[in-house]
Amino acid sequence: MKTSWWTSRKFWLMWAGYAGAIAMWYASVKWLPIASFNRLPDPWAVAREWFSPHPAFGVSVFTPVYYVHIFYSVYRATAAFLLAVLLGVPLGILMGWSRTFDTYASALVGLLRPIPPLAWIPLAILIFPGIEIAVIYVTFLVAFFATVMNTYVGVKSIDPDYFRAAASLGSKPRDVLRHVIIPGALPNIFTGLQIAMGAAWFSLAAGEMIAAQYGLGFMIFESYNLIQFPTIVIGMATLGIAGFISSALIRVVGNRLMRWRVQSFGMKG
Amino acid sequence: MKAAEEGMKASIADRPVKRNRRLPKMNWRGALAVAAFFLAWHFLVLLKAPGFREIASPIEVLNTFLTQYIGNPKYWNSWVASFKRVIYGFVLAQVLGIPLGLLLGTRETFHNLVYPVIEILRPIPPLAWVPISILFWPTTELSIIFITFIGAFFIIVINVHDAVRNIKKEHYWLALSLGANGGQVFRRIMIPSVIPSIAVGMTLGMAVTWNVVIAAEMIAGDNGLGRLTWEGYVSHTVTVVIIGMISIGLAGYLSTIGVDYLEKKMMPWRGTR
Amino acid sequence: MTVQASHAIDEAMEKSLTVMAPRPDVGSLAIENVGKTYDPEGARVVALHDCSVDIAPGDFLAIVGPSGCGKSTLMNIIAGFDNVTEGRVLLDGQLLATPSSPPKPGPDRVVVFQNGALFPWKTVLENVMYGPLVQHKMTLDVAEERAMDLLTKCGGLDKVAASYPPQLSSGMQRRVEIVRALINEPKILLLDEPFRAMDTVSKNTMHQHLLEMYRVCRKTIIFITHDLEEAIYLADKVIVMTSRPGTIKSTIAVNLPRPRTPEMMLGAEYLALKAQAIASVHEEAKKAFERGEREHA
Repeated sequence: MKTSWWTSRKFWLMWAGYAGAIAMWYASVKWLPIASFNRLPDPWAVAREWFSPHPAFGVSVFTPVYYVHIFYSVYRATAAFLLAVLLGVPLGILMGWSRTFDTYASALVGLLRPIPPLAWIPLAILIFPGIEIAVIYVTFLVAFFATVMNTYVGVKSIDPDYFRAAASLGSKPRDVLRHVIIPGALPNIFTGLQIAMGAAWFSLAAGEMIAAQYGLGFMIFESYNLIQFPTIVIGMATLGIAGFISSALIRVVGNRLMRWRVQSFGMKG
Repeated sequence: MKAAEEGMKASIADRPVKRNRRLPKMNWRGALAVAAFFLAWHFLVLLKAPGFREIASPIEVLNTFLTQYIGNPKYWNSWVASFKRVIYGFVLAQVLGIPLGLLLGTRETFHNLVYPVIEILRPIPPLAWVPISILFWPTTELSIIFITFIGAFFIIVINVHDAVRNIKKEHYWLALSLGANGGQVFRRIMIPSVIPSIAVGMTLGMAVTWNVVIAAEMIAGDNGLGRLTWEGYVSHTVTVVIIGMISIGLAGYLSTIGVDYLEKKMMPWRGTR
Repeated sequence: MTVQASHAIDEAMEKSLTVMAPRPDVGSLAIENVGKTYDPEGARVVALHDCSVDIAPGDFLAIVGPSGCGKSTLMNIIAGFDNVTEGRVLLDGQLLATPSSPPKPGPDRVVVFQNGALFPWKTVLENVMYGPLVQHKMTLDVAEERAMDLLTKCGGLDKVAASYPPQLSSGMQRRVEIVRALINEPKILLLDEPFRAMDTVSKNTMHQHLLEMYRVCRKTIIFITHDLEEAIYLADKVIVMTSRPGTIKSTIAVNLPRPRTPEMMLGAEYLALKAQAIASVHEEAKKAFERGEREHA
């Protein structure tokens, strides 16, 4: 495989795939004699709207309101995600480390986890002062469970010999935490963070649709109510891009923190 | 140090200690934690703690449930409606997702052509499809099922695809050197290797499916458990909101048991310890 | 300088390469009537029964036996990962384990594990410095200097100081792990089947490395293995254990001279010892094997 990326077959097939998908989208909306398809916005209309300095429905890359929506969504996702990491990682570590704590906490987690986070929305609005906190809370909840469970599994999957070796070398519990548990659970923690981030966007979109002012989810639903169909697709695409960038960021941070892993895999590959 | 000791205990406990299995011990700590949770809930409501002013106490909830809901066919119809949507969306996702995952995993050209498109569509949260879905499908029912399907579909496709790509070359070689033909390799090597990932995809998919159904019902439904909960909120009857949440939790839990059962059936070589 | 003088120096140098380090003052271990029962109220699995061993400072002891004979349990007790249910263990006259005391691992008895337990997220150097640093015995500079020194001495491991363990061969990993133990100046070095998963050639290389380390920094070593030849070749004393319950069946004193060389494995003395040991182990292995088959049927 000495050929460079952009002359490789794979590269061309990828673009052929994209082009084909868009062509199919266009064709089915424009030419297919099925009303369902004809109701949808076609890709050309979406692109024109998205990049127009004077958009017909008020949202494009040139309008400040677009960035207000993005800002609100990113702010909520980040706040919820950070809160989930701050609370979820320590809780997961504690559960993985101490059996006593595990039995208490697992029962509670087992009790609350089956309730889908989005089912909390009405109750969250009632409990918290203001819809803003309720939406963040619901977003936090999914991210939190994903973080806790993966951290917990991460700690549990550390080879007991590492604990023994650490003890044998004279470690105090603080050293075990810092030098064995945290680095040992890190791969799983980062898997958990990836999942948590995806789940956070997932919940956020729903939360914003159901109960928010501003935000991409709100934008999508609002455009639906106002019959501004191309804007719906702009919102969906922006959500997808935001989700993709945030999980890429986590991957980059993870690879930085786990250089030992990258290197050892590099050897084998 | 404590962890080391606990690790030790674990390793001892893992040893096969003869066959005389005693009754499973009751998890007293867990029971205590659950009891403490309900007590805390009860007293926080009683004391009108901040945030709990509007909440009903567990006793009120139980009372409402017993007097107004347990014999109410409308309530049970919500169960049926939600379960129907979950099952339709979930089954459809498996039926379409598993073959697509296999195809993506085995056909190189097809993979290079289609996988990037999937990678682009995947990060779009399922609920963001709601408006488009309502626009497209003639009935709300179909659009909710479609969104539910989206939720489980990408998960199963990615899981199956990764599993096929991770099958060891040696397994193929072994099969081919034993004279297996294409169909045999598919049945004997590919399918068994992929089943554990299908199981994982199903477990994850089931959780997402419930999440999606509930939200979709809140946004666009006219019945179902999500709608029940939402109506409780709109009419400011907190007991209904909580009954709805608990019912949803229970329904999700029951579906998980169902999926677990299915997984055991698919993988008889697992869990016979 | 005369030719004669230079010859004398060469001879002395050569001799210094083969001279054993003197016996250390510390590191005597007394295992007295030790017994270990798992789950005493329930299934009652007797892992060890009435084991007694005496080890002098600087001795190289090997414990041999079939799988499941309790040799790892015995090692866990000495290492302080597990407690005893009968008897006691003394290290230099100090109580180490009694039925009433909780197990207590420590850097005076460092373990090298069967599957290796170098922290994969730390470089070789960081792994070696770990013990002294967490015990606050050395400053970072001193620890680094000492670690590099030891790594250099043990067959040029300083070259891989910046690597992460998964990048090294398993033999090299095990040598680093031994260095990580030695830097703590342990009274006893516990080796739990460290070469188990290796092929014969690398195993032989590892034996020479281990013997060389033992020659240079002599410690009491307890070496667990199921490989008889390895045990006799390395140790001063070989203990053969029987299984279920784990007891000591026989003790073989190995009086082969040190330093040991691979050629000794062809000598009459070695072969006689091997014959003696095989006789006592074979019987045991057979019993265990048959028992194992019954259990699985």
